[in-house]
Amino acid sequence: MSIKHNPIFPCEGAWSDGNGHLLCLDTGSWRVDRPILDKQGCNYCGLCALYCPPQCLKDMGDHFEPDLDFCKGCGICARECPRKVISMVPEGEFDDISSKGKS
Amino acid sequence: MTLAQKGKVRVITGNSAAAYGAMLCRPDVATSYPITPMSEVAEQLSTFRSNGLTDTEMVEVEGENSAMNVVLGASMAGGRVFTATSSWGLSFMYDAVQHASGYRAPIVMVIANRESPGILAVSGGQQDIISVRDTGWIQVIVEEGQEILDMVIMAFRLAEDYDIQLPVMVNYDGFYLSYMATAVEIPEQRDVDQFLSVLKQQPRRQTLEPGRALGCGTHGIDLGFVELRYRQCMAMERVTTKLDDIDREFSEYFGRSYGGQIEEYRTDGAEIIIVTSGGAAGTTRVVVDSKREEGIKVGLVKLRLFRPFPRKRLAEVLKGRKAIGVIDRSVGFGWNSGPMYMELRAITPEIGIIPMLSYIDGLANLDITIPHIERVVDEVHNAAQGKPYQEVTWIPLEE
Repeated sequence: MSIKHNPIFPCEGAWSDGNGHLLCLDTGSWRVDRPILDKQGCNYCGLCALYCPPQCLKDMGDHFEPDLDFCKGCGICARECPRKVISMVPEGEFDDISSKGKS
Repeated sequence: MTLAQKGKVRVITGNSAAAYGAMLCRPDVATSYPITPMSEVAEQLSTFRSNGLTDTEMVEVEGENSAMNVVLGASMAGGRVFTATSSWGLSFMYDAVQHASGYRAPIVMVIANRESPGILAVSGGQQDIISVRDTGWIQVIVEEGQEILDMVIMAFRLAEDYDIQLPVMVNYDGFYLSYMATAVEIPEQRDVDQFLSVLKQQPRRQTLEPGRALGCGTHGIDLGFVELRYRQCMAMERVTTKLDDIDREFSEYFGRSYGGQIEEYRTDGAEIIIVTSGGAAGTTRVVVDSKREEGIKVGLVKLRLFRPFPRKRLAEVLKGRKAIGVIDRSVGFGWNSGPMYMELRAITPEIGIIPMLSYIDGLANLDITIPHIERVVDEVHNAAQGKPYQEVTWIPLEE
């Protein structure tokens, strides 16, 4: 006996590509607070990106920026930032809310 | 490969042998929450670490559930990991134990077998591993100190093999082997490194990758779940012959062989076979020798691999015998017989219908003595002659 369909998993174990599977739900629409980075204080340590649950922080070369289509505003990046330069700002203060985070 | 150098022989307990075996394999992370009768494994590993003999990261945990989760995480991050437990501890990590095999984490865990929770028994028995036989772990049961050390080394080869990628439990009788000091040859570090270096030539298994978003276990739903379970079962199937191969390679290099899935003793021309596992196999050897002198053609099969069940090799060795006796150190609820006996019954189509006798002995630290096994051999011998027999016997209750 063998698997007749195209295998769902590329390797042994339950590993799946996060970009294909994590960044597919409309988690951006859940967001109430938005992470805002003070670039002056950022030393590009990458801890925010490491802890981001949906792995949606993009590497910009000298800092990380959330993909707002998927950032659910959990605030873990702000909590983990050793320099405390990420602040969570209520979405109501932005006027791009209709274009970002909604599908 | 050339032959390994002869290592130093030291008189150490079974627990120490397990710790030495683990240390020689250079795990990246080891953790263990102490529990009778395996606490000494954790103590020894910590001693090695404090004496600078190993740079393994020892993580202090607040319980067995955390211990298994720590090694699971470290294994998924790509590390070589080791842990140890017994009985209650194994029960407390039950969910994580199943996660480990489902995630295909090649964890090596030694278990000093002890009666499982239910009746408050701080005593030896194999009920703890029987209660986790369907968790998807490879289970190997060993007989004595040297075999504990050697099997821990082989367990890393088996678990981390690219074709396998499954966690392994190395089991030895708690209270008996765990505390009994015997002469154990400790291989040289460079020889163990050499033996394990085969793994480095294999493709790398999937692990966490910095900078890459990976999911694990999060999408094992519907057909994906079925696919993963199937792959897990197929990997399990490959374990049987793989263990034989690793054992052969080990014996060619280190000069000690344990037979792989099962070990046969004086089975040539044997009319009846006694099947047992762990330390009881050592006592059975003595009885087999004496009964052979009396003229009873008896042989011993020591069951080493319990999961996956070595059905092919057992069928080969048991086919054509006249009767079989199975000595279990645990009970199979719902069948009123020993679990190993039940499993052997399941291969009846391969070996033919012959008398099979189940013996339950050695529960709660009671000794499986030479008179006990002599009785087993006599009864199985009589059954082979066509005399009536009792299917299940609880030896301590009939003494």
